[in-house]
Amino acid sequence: MDLYLPIASLSVNALVIVALGLGVGLLSGMFGVGGGFLTTPLLIFYGIPPTVAAASAASQVTGASVSGVFAHFRRDGVDVHMGLVLVAGGVVGSLVGAGIFTQLQANGSIDTVIAILYVLMLGSIGGLMLHESVGAIRVARGHARAKPRRRRHHPLVAMLPLRWRFYRSGLYISPLAPLILGFFTGILTVLLGVGGGFILVPAMLYLLGMGTQVVVGTSLFQILFVTAAATMVHATTTKAVDIVLAALLLLGSVIGAQLGARMAQKAKPEYLRLVLAIIVLAVALRMLLGLAWRPDEIYTVHTL
Amino acid sequence: MKRRAILLLAPLLMGQSQPGQKPVLVPDVSQRDIEIAYSFTGAELLLFGAILYPGGRVPGDKEKPADIVVVVKGPTQSVLVREKEKVAGIWVNAGRMRYRSAPSFFAVASSKPIRELVDERTRAIYELGVDSLQLSPASGATPEVQGRFDKGLVDLRTRTGLYYEAPRAVEITDGVLYRARLQIPARVPVGRFTAETFLIRDGRVLAAAVRPIDIRKSGFERFVATSAERHSWIYGITAVALSILFGWGAGAIWRRF
Repeated sequence: MDLYLPIASLSVNALVIVALGLGVGLLSGMFGVGGGFLTTPLLIFYGIPPTVAAASAASQVTGASVSGVFAHFRRDGVDVHMGLVLVAGGVVGSLVGAGIFTQLQANGSIDTVIAILYVLMLGSIGGLMLHESVGAIRVARGHARAKPRRRRHHPLVAMLPLRWRFYRSGLYISPLAPLILGFFTGILTVLLGVGGGFILVPAMLYLLGMGTQVVVGTSLFQILFVTAAATMVHATTTKAVDIVLAALLLLGSVIGAQLGARMAQKAKPEYLRLVLAIIVLAVALRMLLGLAWRPDEIYTVHTL
Repeated sequence: MKRRAILLLAPLLMGQSQPGQKPVLVPDVSQRDIEIAYSFTGAELLLFGAILYPGGRVPGDKEKPADIVVVVKGPTQSVLVREKEKVAGIWVNAGRMRYRSAPSFFAVASSKPIRELVDERTRAIYELGVDSLQLSPASGATPEVQGRFDKGLVDLRTRTGLYYEAPRAVEITDGVLYRARLQIPARVPVGRFTAETFLIRDGRVLAAAVRPIDIRKSGFERFVATSAERHSWIYGITAVALSILFGWGAGAIWRRF
Protein backbone atom coordinates (compact mmCIF):
# COMPACT_ATOMS: atom_id res chain seq x y z
CA MET A 1 0.00 0.00 0.00
CA ASP A 2 1.94 2.98 -1.25
CA LEU A 3 1.40 6.38 0.30
CA TYR A 4 3.06 9.68 -0.55
CA LEU A 5 4.60 11.61 2.36
CA PRO A 6 4.11 15.36 1.78
CA ILE A 7 7.12 16.61 3.78
CA ALA A 8 9.58 13.78 3.15
CA SER A 9 8.56 14.08 -0.56
CA LEU A 10 8.64 10.39 -1.36
CA SER A 11 6.25 7.47 -1.27
CA VAL A 12 6.50 4.63 1.21
CA ASN A 13 4.71 1.40 1.92
CA ALA A 14 2.24 2.41 4.64
CA LEU A 15 2.05 -1.10 6.10
CA VAL A 16 5.81 -1.26 6.66
CA ILE A 17 5.71 2.00 8.61
CA VAL A 18 2.73 0.86 10.72
CA ALA A 19 4.51 -2.43 11.49
CA LEU A 20 7.63 -0.51 12.47
CA GLY A 21 5.52 1.62 14.84
CA LEU A 22 3.92 -1.49 16.33
CA GLY A 23 7.27 -3.08 17.14
CA VAL A 24 8.65 0.09 18.67
CA GLY A 25 5.39 0.65 20.61
CA LEU A 26 5.71 -2.80 22.19
CA LEU A 27 9.15 -1.91 23.54
CA SER A 28 7.87 1.45 24.69
CA GLY A 29 5.04 0.00 26.75
CA MET A 30 7.13 -2.82 28.17
CA PHE A 31 10.28 -1.01 29.19
CA GLY A 32 9.37 2.66 29.40
CA VAL A 33 11.82 3.58 26.68
CA GLY A 34 10.49 5.90 24.00
CA GLY A 35 11.85 3.73 21.24
CA GLY A 36 13.35 6.65 19.34
CA PHE A 37 16.73 4.94 19.43
CA LEU A 38 15.20 2.30 17.13
CA THR A 39 12.69 4.34 15.08
CA THR A 40 15.08 6.99 13.79
CA PRO A 41 17.80 4.63 12.47
CA LEU A 42 15.19 2.29 10.97
CA LEU A 43 13.42 5.15 9.14
CA ILE A 44 16.75 6.40 7.78
CA PHE A 45 17.56 2.86 6.69
CA TYR A 46 14.19 2.78 4.88
CA GLY A 47 15.19 5.89 2.90
CA ILE A 48 13.52 8.75 4.82
CA PRO A 49 15.75 11.87 5.01
CA PRO A 50 17.49 11.97 8.45
CA THR A 51 15.98 15.28 9.64
CA VAL A 52 12.44 14.19 8.70
CA ALA A 53 13.04 10.84 10.40
CA ALA A 54 14.25 12.42 13.65
CA ALA A 55 11.52 15.08 13.70
CA SER A 56 8.66 12.69 12.96
CA ALA A 57 9.96 9.99 15.29
CA ALA A 58 9.82 12.56 18.11
CA SER A 59 6.06 13.00 17.65
CA GLN A 60 5.62 9.23 17.42
CA VAL A 61 7.40 8.86 20.76
CA THR A 62 5.00 11.46 22.23
CA GLY A 63 2.02 9.37 21.14
CA ALA A 64 3.47 6.09 22.33
CA SER A 65 4.28 7.57 25.73
CA VAL A 66 0.78 9.09 26.14
CA SER A 67 -0.89 5.70 26.04
CA GLY A 68 1.93 4.29 28.19
CA VAL A 69 1.57 7.12 30.74
CA PHE A 70 -2.21 6.59 30.96
CA ALA A 71 -1.73 2.86 31.39
CA HIS A 72 0.79 3.44 34.18
CA PHE A 73 -1.31 6.20 35.81
CA ARG A 74 -4.16 3.74 36.22
CA ARG A 75 -2.00 1.42 38.23
CA ASP A 76 -0.48 4.36 40.12
CA GLY A 77 2.95 3.91 38.54
CA VAL A 78 3.84 7.58 37.97
CA ASP A 79 5.62 9.88 40.39
CA VAL A 80 4.31 13.21 39.06
CA HIS A 81 6.39 15.23 41.50
CA MET A 82 9.62 13.58 40.36
CA GLY A 83 8.43 13.73 36.72
CA LEU A 84 7.94 17.51 36.82
CA VAL A 85 11.46 18.06 38.18
CA LEU A 86 12.83 15.88 35.36
CA VAL A 87 10.80 17.78 32.74
CA ALA A 88 12.10 21.13 34.01
CA GLY A 89 15.68 19.90 33.61
CA GLY A 90 14.83 18.31 30.26
CA VAL A 91 13.45 21.49 28.68
CA VAL A 92 16.58 23.47 29.63
CA GLY A 93 18.76 20.60 28.41
CA SER A 94 17.03 20.42 25.03
CA LEU A 95 17.67 24.12 24.41
CA VAL A 96 21.37 23.63 25.21
CA GLY A 97 21.35 20.51 23.00
CA ALA A 98 19.92 22.50 20.09
CA GLY A 99 22.92 24.83 20.29
CA ILE A 100 25.42 21.94 20.29
CA PHE A 101 23.55 20.30 17.42
CA THR A 102 23.86 23.38 15.19
CA GLN A 103 27.60 23.59 15.90
CA LEU A 104 28.26 19.94 15.07
CA GLN A 105 26.03 20.03 12.00
CA ALA A 106 28.00 22.94 10.58
CA ASN A 107 31.30 21.08 10.59
CA GLY A 108 29.87 17.76 9.41
CA SER A 109 30.79 15.70 12.45
CA ILE A 110 27.24 15.28 13.79
CA ASP A 111 26.83 11.74 12.42
CA THR A 112 30.10 10.53 13.93
CA VAL A 113 29.39 12.20 17.28
CA ILE A 114 25.91 10.65 17.35
CA ALA A 115 27.32 7.20 16.60
CA ILE A 116 30.09 7.46 19.20
CA LEU A 117 27.63 8.73 21.84
CA TYR A 118 25.30 5.83 21.05
CA VAL A 119 28.11 3.29 21.39
CA LEU A 120 29.41 4.72 24.67
CA MET A 121 26.02 5.29 26.31
CA LEU A 122 24.26 2.18 25.14
CA GLY A 123 27.33 0.01 25.68
CA SER A 124 27.91 1.05 29.28
CA ILE A 125 24.23 1.15 30.26
CA GLY A 126 23.51 -2.14 28.52
CA GLY A 127 26.47 -3.78 30.23
CA LEU A 128 25.42 -2.44 33.63
CA MET A 129 21.84 -3.62 33.18
CA LEU A 130 22.93 -7.02 31.90
CA HIS A 131 25.17 -7.55 34.91
CA GLU A 132 22.47 -6.45 37.36
CA SER A 133 19.61 -8.42 35.81
CA VAL A 134 21.62 -11.64 35.48
CA GLY A 135 22.54 -11.28 39.15
CA ALA A 136 18.88 -10.73 40.09
CA ILE A 137 17.78 -13.76 38.09
CA ARG A 138 20.41 -15.94 39.74
CA VAL A 139 19.15 -14.81 43.13
CA ALA A 140 15.53 -15.46 42.14
CA ARG A 141 16.40 -18.97 41.00
CA GLY A 142 18.32 -19.69 44.15
CA HIS A 143 21.70 -20.09 42.44
CA ALA A 144 23.17 -17.29 44.42
CA ARG A 145 22.51 -15.57 47.69
CA ALA A 146 21.14 -12.07 47.65
CA LYS A 147 23.88 -9.55 48.33
CA PRO A 148 23.56 -7.30 51.36
CA ARG A 149 20.71 -4.88 50.74
CA ARG A 150 21.53 -2.41 47.97
CA ARG A 151 22.07 1.23 48.78
CA ARG A 152 18.91 3.25 48.26
CA HIS A 153 20.68 5.78 46.10
CA HIS A 154 24.13 6.69 44.91
CA PRO A 155 26.44 8.40 47.49
CA LEU A 156 26.87 11.37 45.13
CA VAL A 157 23.09 11.93 45.15
CA ALA A 158 23.08 11.78 48.95
CA MET A 159 25.67 14.56 49.08
CA LEU A 160 23.46 17.14 47.34
CA PRO A 161 21.76 19.75 49.53
CA LEU A 162 18.06 20.76 49.79
CA ARG A 163 16.32 17.45 50.24
CA TRP A 164 12.72 16.97 49.14
CA ARG A 165 10.40 14.13 49.88
CA PHE A 166 9.24 12.21 46.79
CA TYR A 167 6.43 10.18 48.32
CA ARG A 168 5.52 7.96 45.40
CA SER A 169 9.16 6.96 44.82
CA GLY A 170 9.77 6.57 48.51
CA LEU A 171 12.78 8.86 48.37
CA TYR A 172 14.11 11.73 50.40
CA ILE A 173 16.72 13.29 48.11
CA SER A 174 17.76 16.61 46.68
CA PRO A 175 15.70 17.74 43.63
CA LEU A 176 19.00 18.77 42.04
CA ALA A 177 19.72 15.10 41.24
CA PRO A 178 16.66 14.54 38.97
CA LEU A 179 17.04 18.09 37.63
CA ILE A 180 20.59 17.37 36.42
CA LEU A 181 19.50 13.97 35.13
CA GLY A 182 16.66 15.61 33.18
CA PHE A 183 19.05 18.22 31.82
CA PHE A 184 21.40 15.59 30.36
CA THR A 185 18.58 13.53 28.86
CA GLY A 186 17.25 16.76 27.34
CA ILE A 187 20.56 17.31 25.56
CA LEU A 188 20.49 13.71 24.34
CA THR A 189 16.91 14.06 23.11
CA VAL A 190 17.96 16.75 20.68
CA LEU A 191 21.37 15.29 19.78
CA LEU A 192 20.35 11.69 19.27
CA GLY A 193 16.69 12.23 18.34
CA VAL A 194 15.60 9.90 21.12
CA GLY A 195 13.31 10.22 24.14
CA GLY A 196 16.14 9.30 26.46
CA GLY A 197 14.26 6.54 28.26
CA PHE A 198 17.11 4.11 27.91
CA ILE A 199 19.32 6.53 29.86
CA LEU A 200 16.59 7.64 32.25
CA VAL A 201 15.33 4.22 33.34
CA PRO A 202 18.72 2.83 34.44
CA ALA A 203 19.71 6.16 35.99
CA MET A 204 16.49 6.28 38.04
CA LEU A 205 17.03 2.70 39.16
CA TYR A 206 20.72 2.76 39.96
CA LEU A 207 21.55 6.41 40.66
CA LEU A 208 18.37 7.71 42.31
CA GLY A 209 17.36 4.33 43.72
CA MET A 210 13.69 4.66 42.74
CA GLY A 211 11.38 1.67 43.11
CA THR A 212 10.92 -0.45 39.96
CA GLN A 213 7.15 0.03 39.99
CA VAL A 214 7.29 3.81 39.40
CA VAL A 215 10.40 3.98 37.19
CA VAL A 216 8.75 3.07 33.89
CA GLY A 217 5.70 5.30 34.33
CA THR A 218 7.73 8.31 35.50
CA SER A 219 10.23 7.96 32.66
CA LEU A 220 7.36 7.89 30.14
CA PHE A 221 5.91 10.99 31.79
CA GLN A 222 9.17 12.88 31.28
CA ILE A 223 9.56 11.58 27.71
CA LEU A 224 6.02 12.73 26.86
CA PHE A 225 6.77 16.36 27.66
CA VAL A 226 10.31 16.52 26.33
CA THR A 227 9.44 14.93 22.96
CA ALA A 228 6.41 17.22 22.61
CA ALA A 229 8.81 20.15 23.08
CA ALA A 230 11.23 18.61 20.56
CA THR A 231 8.40 18.27 18.00
CA MET A 232 7.58 21.97 18.43
CA VAL A 233 11.26 22.90 18.02
CA HIS A 234 11.49 20.86 14.82
CA ALA A 235 8.19 22.17 13.43
CA THR A 236 9.27 25.79 13.87
CA THR A 237 12.96 25.51 12.91
CA THR A 238 13.73 22.58 10.58
CA LYS A 239 10.08 22.30 9.37
CA ALA A 240 10.74 18.60 8.93
CA VAL A 241 7.81 17.10 10.86
CA ASP A 242 5.89 14.89 8.43
CA ILE A 243 2.42 14.60 9.90
CA VAL A 244 1.46 11.72 7.60
CA LEU A 245 4.56 9.73 8.53
CA ALA A 246 3.96 10.51 12.21
CA ALA A 247 0.31 9.37 11.96
CA LEU A 248 1.33 6.05 10.39
CA LEU A 249 3.95 5.45 13.08
CA LEU A 250 1.46 6.45 15.78
CA LEU A 251 -1.17 4.05 14.51
CA GLY A 252 1.17 1.13 15.06
CA SER A 253 2.90 2.36 18.18
CA VAL A 254 -0.16 3.24 20.30
CA ILE A 255 -1.48 -0.29 19.84
CA GLY A 256 1.96 -1.71 20.54
CA ALA A 257 2.32 0.42 23.67
CA GLN A 258 -0.95 -0.91 25.11
CA LEU A 259 0.09 -4.49 24.42
CA GLY A 260 3.52 -3.82 25.88
CA ALA A 261 2.17 -2.28 29.09
CA ARG A 262 0.02 -5.38 29.70
CA MET A 263 2.88 -7.74 28.99
CA ALA A 264 5.07 -5.80 31.41
CA GLN A 265 2.55 -6.38 34.23
CA LYS A 266 2.74 -10.15 33.79
CA ALA A 267 6.47 -10.47 33.25
CA LYS A 268 9.03 -10.56 36.04
CA PRO A 269 10.92 -7.24 36.25
CA GLU A 270 14.39 -8.85 36.28
CA TYR A 271 13.63 -10.68 33.02
CA LEU A 272 12.29 -7.46 31.47
CA ARG A 273 15.56 -5.74 32.37
CA LEU A 274 17.56 -8.62 30.90
CA VAL A 275 15.71 -8.36 27.57
CA LEU A 276 16.11 -4.56 27.48
CA ALA A 277 19.83 -4.94 28.29
CA ILE A 278 20.27 -7.33 25.35
CA ILE A 279 18.41 -5.00 22.95
CA VAL A 280 20.45 -2.00 24.10
CA LEU A 281 23.73 -3.92 23.71
CA ALA A 282 22.70 -5.14 20.24
CA VAL A 283 22.07 -1.58 19.07
CA ALA A 284 25.40 -0.46 20.56
CA LEU A 285 27.22 -3.29 18.77
CA ARG A 286 25.52 -2.44 15.48
CA MET A 287 26.61 1.19 15.88
CA LEU A 288 30.17 0.17 16.69
CA LEU A 289 30.33 -2.00 13.57
CA GLY A 290 28.93 0.91 11.57
CA LEU A 291 31.80 3.10 12.77
CA ALA A 292 34.54 0.56 12.14
CA TRP A 293 33.35 -1.13 8.96
CA ARG A 294 33.62 0.49 5.59
CA PRO A 295 30.24 2.18 5.09
CA ASP A 296 28.06 1.35 2.07
CA GLU A 297 28.08 4.97 1.06
CA ILE A 298 31.35 6.87 1.18
CA TYR A 299 29.62 9.98 -0.12
CA THR A 300 26.57 11.69 1.28
CA VAL A 301 24.61 14.52 -0.35
CA HIS A 302 22.96 17.32 1.63
CA THR A 303 20.67 19.76 -0.11
CA LEU A 304 21.42 23.29 1.03
CA MET B 1 -0.23 3.54 -40.41
CA LYS B 2 3.15 5.06 -41.14
CA ARG B 3 1.91 6.48 -44.43
CA ARG B 4 -1.05 8.07 -42.69
CA ALA B 5 1.20 9.78 -40.22
CA ILE B 6 3.23 11.33 -42.99
CA LEU B 7 0.15 12.36 -44.92
CA LEU B 8 -1.28 14.07 -41.89
CA LEU B 9 1.90 15.96 -41.30
CA ALA B 10 2.58 16.82 -44.91
CA PRO B 11 0.84 20.23 -44.99
CA LEU B 12 2.56 21.19 -41.75
CA LEU B 13 5.94 20.15 -43.05
CA MET B 14 5.55 22.08 -46.26
CA GLY B 15 3.95 25.21 -44.85
CA GLN B 16 6.68 25.97 -42.35
CA SER B 17 9.90 25.41 -44.14
CA GLN B 18 11.86 27.47 -46.59
CA PRO B 19 14.82 26.29 -48.62
CA GLY B 20 18.26 26.58 -47.04
CA GLN B 21 16.97 26.47 -43.52
CA LYS B 22 17.92 24.00 -40.85
CA PRO B 23 15.43 21.41 -39.65
CA VAL B 24 13.09 22.46 -36.86
CA LEU B 25 11.87 20.40 -33.92
CA VAL B 26 8.27 20.47 -32.72
CA PRO B 27 8.33 18.72 -29.34
CA ASP B 28 5.62 18.01 -26.81
CA VAL B 29 5.13 16.10 -23.58
CA SER B 30 2.22 13.97 -22.43
CA GLN B 31 1.83 15.97 -19.21
CA ARG B 32 2.73 19.64 -18.78
CA ASP B 33 1.69 19.49 -15.14
CA ILE B 34 2.28 16.54 -12.88
CA GLU B 35 0.23 16.66 -9.70
CA ILE B 36 1.46 14.76 -6.70
CA ALA B 37 -1.35 13.23 -4.67
CA TYR B 38 -1.41 10.66 -1.85
CA SER B 39 -0.95 7.70 -4.19
CA PHE B 40 1.93 9.21 -6.19
CA THR B 41 4.60 6.60 -6.81
CA GLY B 42 6.30 8.35 -9.70
CA ALA B 43 5.19 9.27 -13.21
CA GLU B 44 5.81 8.09 -16.71
CA LEU B 45 6.40 10.90 -19.16
CA LEU B 46 5.81 10.44 -22.85
CA LEU B 47 7.94 12.85 -24.86
CA PHE B 48 7.09 13.03 -28.52
CA GLY B 49 7.23 15.36 -31.49
CA ALA B 50 8.07 15.88 -35.11
CA ILE B 51 11.18 16.83 -37.06
CA LEU B 52 10.41 19.44 -39.73
CA TYR B 53 12.92 19.35 -42.55
CA PRO B 54 13.37 22.35 -44.85
CA GLY B 55 11.14 21.96 -47.84
CA GLY B 56 9.44 19.03 -46.24
CA ARG B 57 12.13 16.82 -47.66
CA VAL B 58 12.77 13.82 -45.44
CA PRO B 59 16.31 12.48 -45.84
CA GLY B 60 16.25 9.45 -48.12
CA ASP B 61 17.56 5.98 -47.46
CA LYS B 62 21.01 6.80 -48.81
CA GLU B 63 21.60 9.72 -46.47
CA LYS B 64 22.65 9.16 -42.89
CA PRO B 65 19.53 9.35 -40.66
CA ALA B 66 19.36 11.97 -37.94
CA ASP B 67 19.10 11.00 -34.28
CA ILE B 68 17.16 12.40 -31.35
CA VAL B 69 18.35 12.96 -27.78
CA VAL B 70 15.89 13.99 -25.06
CA VAL B 71 17.18 15.41 -21.76
CA VAL B 72 14.84 15.87 -18.80
CA LYS B 73 16.21 17.98 -15.95
CA GLY B 74 14.79 18.70 -12.51
CA PRO B 75 15.18 22.01 -10.68
CA THR B 76 18.79 22.68 -9.73
CA GLN B 77 19.84 22.57 -6.10
CA SER B 78 22.82 23.80 -4.16
CA VAL B 79 24.29 20.69 -2.53
CA LEU B 80 27.07 19.73 -0.15
CA VAL B 81 28.78 16.39 -0.81
CA ARG B 82 30.69 14.83 2.06
CA GLU B 83 33.29 12.09 1.81
CA LYS B 84 34.00 9.56 4.56
CA GLU B 85 37.50 8.48 5.42
CA LYS B 86 38.92 6.10 7.96
CA VAL B 87 40.58 8.11 10.73
CA ALA B 88 41.95 6.27 13.79
CA GLY B 89 39.89 3.17 13.06
CA ILE B 90 36.51 4.83 12.53
CA TRP B 91 34.82 6.23 9.44
CA VAL B 92 34.26 9.96 9.68
CA ASN B 93 33.26 12.69 7.26
CA ALA B 94 36.60 14.10 6.21
CA GLY B 95 36.37 15.92 2.88
CA ARG B 96 33.57 18.02 1.47
CA MET B 97 32.68 19.82 -1.71
CA ARG B 98 29.94 22.34 -2.36
CA TYR B 99 28.11 22.58 -5.67
CA ARG B 100 26.14 25.64 -6.64
CA SER B 101 23.77 23.96 -9.06
CA ALA B 102 23.35 20.24 -9.37
CA PRO B 103 20.15 19.06 -11.04
CA SER B 104 17.83 17.23 -8.68
CA PHE B 105 16.80 14.96 -11.52
CA PHE B 106 18.59 14.19 -14.79
CA ALA B 107 17.56 11.69 -17.45
CA VAL B 108 18.87 11.30 -20.97
CA ALA B 109 17.05 9.24 -23.59
CA SER B 110 18.47 8.81 -27.06
CA SER B 111 17.83 6.86 -30.24
CA LYS B 112 21.39 5.48 -30.17
CA PRO B 113 24.01 5.38 -27.41
CA ILE B 114 25.25 8.96 -26.93
CA ARG B 115 28.90 8.01 -27.45
CA GLU B 116 28.07 6.89 -30.99
CA LEU B 117 26.35 10.20 -31.77
CA VAL B 118 28.58 13.04 -30.59
CA ASP B 119 32.13 13.62 -29.38
CA GLU B 120 33.06 14.46 -25.82
CA ARG B 121 33.19 18.20 -26.41
CA THR B 122 29.65 18.39 -27.78
CA ARG B 123 28.46 16.16 -24.95
CA ALA B 124 29.95 18.59 -22.44
CA ILE B 125 28.47 21.68 -24.16
CA TYR B 126 24.91 20.35 -24.27
CA GLU B 127 25.20 18.19 -21.13
CA LEU B 128 24.27 15.07 -23.04
CA GLY B 129 24.86 12.24 -20.62
CA VAL B 130 25.30 11.70 -16.90
CA ASP B 131 29.11 11.91 -17.09
CA SER B 132 28.93 15.23 -18.97
CA LEU B 133 27.00 17.12 -16.31
CA GLN B 134 28.39 20.55 -15.54
CA LEU B 135 28.15 20.56 -11.76
CA SER B 136 29.69 23.99 -11.02
CA PRO B 137 31.61 23.36 -7.79
CA ALA B 138 31.66 26.30 -5.38
CA SER B 139 34.71 25.12 -3.44
CA GLY B 140 38.06 25.31 -5.16
CA ALA B 141 39.83 21.98 -5.55
CA THR B 142 42.25 20.20 -7.86
CA PRO B 143 40.56 18.63 -10.91
CA GLU B 144 41.48 15.21 -9.54
CA VAL B 145 39.71 15.77 -6.21
CA GLN B 146 36.75 17.41 -7.92
CA GLY B 147 36.41 14.48 -10.27
CA ARG B 148 36.25 12.12 -7.30
CA PHE B 149 33.44 14.11 -5.67
CA ASP B 150 31.60 14.50 -8.99
CA LYS B 151 31.70 10.76 -9.42
CA GLY B 152 30.51 10.20 -5.85
CA LEU B 153 27.52 12.52 -6.33
CA VAL B 154 26.55 11.13 -9.74
CA ASP B 155 27.00 7.54 -8.56
CA LEU B 156 24.81 8.06 -5.49
CA ARG B 157 22.05 9.70 -7.50
CA THR B 158 22.26 7.10 -10.26
CA ARG B 159 21.64 4.34 -7.75
CA THR B 160 18.59 6.13 -6.34
CA GLY B 161 17.15 6.49 -9.85
CA LEU B 162 17.51 10.27 -9.96
CA TYR B 163 20.16 10.30 -12.68
CA TYR B 164 20.07 7.88 -15.58
CA GLU B 165 20.66 7.34 -19.26
CA ALA B 166 18.32 5.40 -21.50
CA PRO B 167 20.10 4.67 -24.76
CA ARG B 168 17.78 3.53 -27.60
CA ALA B 169 14.71 4.67 -25.61
CA VAL B 170 13.79 7.14 -28.38
CA GLU B 171 11.87 5.63 -31.27
CA ILE B 172 11.95 7.45 -34.60
CA THR B 173 9.22 6.70 -37.11
CA ASP B 174 9.92 7.35 -40.80
CA GLY B 175 12.60 9.86 -39.92
CA VAL B 176 10.06 12.50 -38.84
CA LEU B 177 8.17 11.37 -35.74
CA TYR B 178 9.84 10.49 -32.51
CA ARG B 179 8.75 9.44 -29.07
CA ALA B 180 10.31 8.35 -25.80
CA ARG B 181 9.07 7.21 -22.41
CA LEU B 182 10.89 8.34 -19.28
CA GLN B 183 10.25 7.37 -15.67
CA ILE B 184 10.14 10.10 -13.02
CA PRO B 185 10.67 8.54 -9.58
CA ALA B 186 8.50 9.50 -6.58
CA ARG B 187 11.37 11.12 -4.67
CA VAL B 188 11.97 14.03 -7.05
CA PRO B 189 11.56 17.51 -5.60
CA VAL B 190 8.71 19.67 -6.81
CA GLY B 191 9.32 22.55 -9.18
CA ARG B 192 9.91 23.31 -12.83
CA PHE B 193 11.41 20.53 -14.90
CA THR B 194 12.58 20.99 -18.48
CA ALA B 195 12.51 18.55 -21.38
CA GLU B 196 15.14 19.45 -23.98
CA THR B 197 15.12 17.75 -27.36
CA PHE B 198 18.17 17.70 -29.66
CA LEU B 199 18.34 16.68 -33.29
CA ILE B 200 21.78 15.30 -34.08
CA ARG B 201 23.42 14.27 -37.33
CA ASP B 202 27.09 13.69 -38.18
CA GLY B 203 28.09 14.56 -34.65
CA ARG B 204 26.49 18.03 -34.86
CA VAL B 205 23.43 19.39 -33.10
CA LEU B 206 21.13 20.59 -35.89
CA ALA B 207 18.18 21.74 -33.84
CA ALA B 208 17.07 22.00 -30.23
CA ALA B 209 13.81 22.77 -28.46
CA VAL B 210 12.68 23.02 -24.83
CA ARG B 211 9.38 22.32 -23.09
CA PRO B 212 8.73 22.97 -19.40
CA ILE B 213 7.02 20.48 -17.11
CA ASP B 214 5.71 21.54 -13.71
CA ILE B 215 5.62 19.04 -10.90
CA ARG B 216 3.68 20.11 -7.84
CA LYS B 217 1.89 18.76 -4.85
CA SER B 218 -1.89 18.88 -5.02
CA GLY B 219 -4.85 18.65 -2.67
CA PHE B 220 -4.11 17.38 0.83
CA GLU B 221 -0.38 17.00 0.12
CA ARG B 222 -0.09 20.63 -0.89
CA PHE B 223 -2.15 21.73 2.10
CA VAL B 224 0.17 19.87 4.48
CA ALA B 225 3.34 21.14 2.81
CA THR B 226 2.22 24.79 2.79
CA SER B 227 0.90 24.65 6.37
CA ALA B 228 4.22 23.26 7.59
CA GLU B 229 5.99 26.10 5.84
CA ARG B 230 3.70 29.06 6.59
CA HIS B 231 1.95 28.22 9.85
CA SER B 232 4.67 26.25 11.56
CA TRP B 233 3.41 26.93 15.09
CA ILE B 234 -0.11 25.70 14.35
CA TYR B 235 1.35 22.80 12.40
CA GLY B 236 3.58 21.81 15.32
CA ILE B 237 0.73 22.08 17.82
CA THR B 238 -1.44 19.99 15.48
CA ALA B 239 1.26 17.33 15.29
CA VAL B 240 1.59 17.19 19.08
CA ALA B 241 -2.20 17.24 19.58
CA LEU B 242 -2.55 14.46 17.03
CA SER B 243 -0.03 12.27 18.82
CA ILE B 244 -1.66 12.86 22.21
CA LEU B 245 -5.11 12.17 20.77
CA PHE B 246 -3.90 8.96 19.12
CA GLY B 247 -2.25 7.76 22.28
CA TRP B 248 -5.18 8.65 24.52
CA GLY B 249 -7.71 7.25 22.03
CA ALA B 250 -5.93 3.94 21.77
CA GLY B 251 -5.81 3.68 25.54
CA ALA B 252 -9.51 4.51 25.91
CA ILE B 253 -10.58 2.04 23.23
CA TRP B 254 -8.32 -0.65 24.59
CA ARG B 255 -9.83 -0.46 28.07
CA ARG B 256 -13.32 -1.29 26.79
CA PHE B 257 -12.27 -4.71 25.59
